[in-house]
Amino acid sequence: MNNKRSQIVSFSIIIILYAVLEILLKTGNLSSLFSSLLIPVCCYMAAAIGLNLNVGISGELNLGQAGFMSIGAFTGICVSGMLSGVISNGVIRLVTAMIVGMILAGVFGILIGIPTLKLSGDYLAIVTLAFGEIIKSLVTNLYLGMDSRGLHFSFVQNKVSLEPGGKMLLNGAMGATGTERIASFTAGVILVLICLAFVYNLMDSGSGRAIMAARDNRIAASSIGIDVTRTKMLAFVVSAGMAGAAGALYGLSFSTLEPRKFDFNLSIMILVYVVLGGLGNMTGTLIATMLLVTLPQMLRGLSDFRMLIYAIVLIAMMLITNNEKVKIFIEKMRLRRKEKGAGNGEN
Amino acid sequence: MKKKIMTKVIAAAMTGAMALSLAACGGASSGSSASQGGAAGSASGAAIKIGGSGPLTGAAAIYGTAVKNAAEMAVEEINAKGGTQYELNFQDDAHDAEQATNAYGVLKDWGMQVSLATVTSAPMAAVAPMYKDDHIFGLTPSASSLAAIYEDPDNETNPYGDLFQVCFTDPNQGKASADYFKSHPDLGTKIFVIYNNEDNYSTGVYKKFIDQAKANGLDVVGEATFMNSTVDFSVQVGAAKDSGADLVFLPIYYTPASQIFIAADSMGYKPSWFGIDGMDGILTVEGFDTKLAEGVYLLTPFSADATDDLTKKFVENYKAKYGEIPNQFAADSYDAVYAIAKAVDAAGVTADMSASDICDKMVSQFTSMSFDGLTGKSVTWSASGEVSKTPAAVVIENGTYVGVEN
Repeated sequence: MNNKRSQIVSFSIIIILYAVLEILLKTGNLSSLFSSLLIPVCCYMAAAIGLNLNVGISGELNLGQAGFMSIGAFTGICVSGMLSGVISNGVIRLVTAMIVGMILAGVFGILIGIPTLKLSGDYLAIVTLAFGEIIKSLVTNLYLGMDSRGLHFSFVQNKVSLEPGGKMLLNGAMGATGTERIASFTAGVILVLICLAFVYNLMDSGSGRAIMAARDNRIAASSIGIDVTRTKMLAFVVSAGMAGAAGALYGLSFSTLEPRKFDFNLSIMILVYVVLGGLGNMTGTLIATMLLVTLPQMLRGLSDFRMLIYAIVLIAMMLITNNEKVKIFIEKMRLRRKEKGAGNGEN
Repeated sequence: MKKKIMTKVIAAAMTGAMALSLAACGGASSGSSASQGGAAGSASGAAIKIGGSGPLTGAAAIYGTAVKNAAEMAVEEINAKGGTQYELNFQDDAHDAEQATNAYGVLKDWGMQVSLATVTSAPMAAVAPMYKDDHIFGLTPSASSLAAIYEDPDNETNPYGDLFQVCFTDPNQGKASADYFKSHPDLGTKIFVIYNNEDNYSTGVYKKFIDQAKANGLDVVGEATFMNSTVDFSVQVGAAKDSGADLVFLPIYYTPASQIFIAADSMGYKPSWFGIDGMDGILTVEGFDTKLAEGVYLLTPFSADATDDLTKKFVENYKAKYGEIPNQFAADSYDAVYAIAKAVDAAGVTADMSASDICDKMVSQFTSMSFDGLTGKSVTWSASGEVSKTPAAVVIENGTYVGVEN
């Protein structure tokens, strides 16, 4: 019951915010700063929801979410670039790019999951940490160009020579430049809604309960016939896929994207959104992501002090959300409301 | 009890932070002319609003700070002369494409009319299409990649048209270096290149350098790469030493360069070192023994020890104001503001014009005028936004840059 209510809350937050922002945007009342934040916030939300499924629901620490975003982003950019001559409709290209990005990130998730999820302990954290760095190095050394003769690929040394009029889709350390910006805020909101709906439905399903059972007690779960590796794999791959789709949307919202953007720091930032929002708490993740992405921009007025204040806010949020008294207070409020509700029901 | 007090303190800190953020929020949305990143000069009444962004925090902060300082100084000087007044708003983008678009949003909300665009290349490539969409004139002091001014950097076609550069493009630096090596065989003939293959700027220069080196018949005996996270350079320096190179080309930023010099010193390896504008700043690395950088060559259009009046005055004022010797980025930025001022005066731009009208006038001025500044005399711009000026080399002697006769 409680779960249903939190679902309604998180969906309504997103939909109401979208309606308000979209009206402001269409009437030209939204500041340029806010309009520049819309798509990135949606991307981080989708990636954070995915990560929360993996960290909060499945209980496996993942330190490479940015790596999956990177795969999605650069795949998405390449797909969109390759299709630009074939499909002129930006929406179809965007959706195709996001789906391909999601699938490829998911495939990498499976590859990583096969050896690591069979083990108990923090091995996934170690492997995903390395994975994020490996992906960054790989993309940094990838060269992919396209001209009238087709695709040209080289690795480490750039040996791609294009005919005049050709285009480098991936250019090593420079990443992708001159990307057509086809991402939209609406697409971002739809992505977040799909991710939310998927995670909530998964949590309510038999597989979701199996995931949580495997998190709470691996031995007990396997003793009642749950395939622990399989359930953890499900959560991990879905999480990676969401990051991939989010990455594709992110990549297609900027005209340039460097591989170094998706570094360890970004993985940690997304993890911070999840942890401060509350493990397993999707509404909290959404709010924390919104706040923590926009806050540094809102603090620009403080110039030199803004990163300092941002750090203080982070610490304060961490202490307050973990404070026993605050927790007891919230619990009391909840109980009181329940009692009232029960009382009303009797009358 | 103690915990209770802690909670109160935290609550107070939170409230304070929130109040501050709200205040900042209100300030930005009302479009007040409050100096957010630091406005300079006492712009009275109608002033032309110059925007700009660069890394004021993070690994590349030295560049952003230099550009911001010099631009502030130039604006103050121009305002003090009377005539057209200017107001500067310089935002932090932390050398990140996403934050640069945020900074652009802040500047647009503020009402920017002309811009110094961004300091570094990747952020510039991210905001360039936005400048084009909104038709705002941008003159970047130091964003040197081709993607900064070309929509299609692979073919060097489709320039944005309203974006111009004060610095050379990356490829031109690589090309100029290779040409310099050909005309100065005394530096060394066996060339080794160490570059950062994770960095846009470094690989950009490297590629053009190799092409031009082949064309010039130079003997490149080897190359080594490193990454952003590399801290120990003994492998790369060792490879250079083993290859018998007597000239090492470093198309990299100054922070890894300082580590390379330390590694070379511990191996007793003493080739000629040659860097480009990213090496500028090597003398300001904290905790780095600048003696190790003695004799390093840099290809830079600005040297602080030049004896012409303009440079002398600039260096003196900059030192008095900020307590350090200005680097090339500061000079580029100073020139950018003066070039904008020159074009504004020549085109008769006033503060009440829209950014779009100003842009048209500025573009026609920049493609036709010739500008004398710190970084070059008779500097001209092509219609695509590329600058044309003579490159010069400097060498570090006794902890300062000394010009090398060409």
